[in-house]
Amino acid sequence: MAINWFKYSSPASFYLLAGKMVPVFVFISVILLVVGLYVGFFVAPTDFQQGEAYRIIFIHVPAAWMSMFLYVVMAFWAGIGLAFNTRLSSMFATAIAPTGAMFTFIALWTGALWGKPMWGTWWVWDARLTSELILFFLYIGFMSLQAAIDDPRRADKAGAIIALVGVINIPIIYFSVQWWNTLHQGASVSLNQAPAMATTMLTGMLIMVLASWMYSIAVILKRTRVIILERESHTAWVAELHKKGAI
Amino acid sequence: MIWSSWSEFFSMGGYGLYVWGSYVVTFICIAGEILLISNRRRTLEKQYSHIEDLDNNETKNETTS
Repeated sequence: MAINWFKYSSPASFYLLAGKMVPVFVFISVILLVVGLYVGFFVAPTDFQQGEAYRIIFIHVPAAWMSMFLYVVMAFWAGIGLAFNTRLSSMFATAIAPTGAMFTFIALWTGALWGKPMWGTWWVWDARLTSELILFFLYIGFMSLQAAIDDPRRADKAGAIIALVGVINIPIIYFSVQWWNTLHQGASVSLNQAPAMATTMLTGMLIMVLASWMYSIAVILKRTRVIILERESHTAWVAELHKKGAI
Repeated sequence: MIWSSWSEFFSMGGYGLYVWGSYVVTFICIAGEILLISNRRRTLEKQYSHIEDLDNNETKNETTS
């Protein structure tokens, strides 16, 4: 029994699979969100130094991690779409960009609102903040470049170039706090050493990270399905879906 | 329970503006994103049923003329 590895790389079968997956991820993300917010606001103690302002961490860090992670995933699928000329991969990369841009904006916004009371300023041209801002422009550039080109296939190729070129910015963001060591503090959570955070604060934050990951999957799959319908509207299977009213 | 009263909870130790300013904007962004997608899907369905009506009229005309 040969496994057909590429069964779900066809837009039609992926459309049905994604349709089943979206509610699952919506359910998981809502549960994790409620638990994460509960731990963040009602379990985690007051910070001895920052008082209550540190509770912004429960959206600032997840948003920042997601903004970087989603960019890498977007560049990966854009690269696959460019290399193998698979339309669904490029559709998926196009679907990721808005969510990535949103998380980057949230990371910048919550960072500014956290910086005002703690650093005394909304914005400073710090290495971490500036590279995150560049990430935001990269997302916007990717989306507007694709919107500017009529033929979706050519737009995919152009978008893939900007996505792949922009990937270099992700390690820059991650290591910016060590290389330039400007205002933004270093990584309090990393894979190779114990986290410099109280456990309840850490668990609350990690639950929120998982919640934002599940949310991203749900929203991106949902947007991919709409993009598939838009691009495959001339096909028979979409016409049949529409007749059945199951669009 | 850390908070002794709701008003204390909302004042967030004096940082209420910053904490709730972050959370409210975040949830507005998320709600906006979800609405944008369902809106995009609705316009697609409208276009599609419009195309379908045109097809039906076309076939009807052919048969009558």
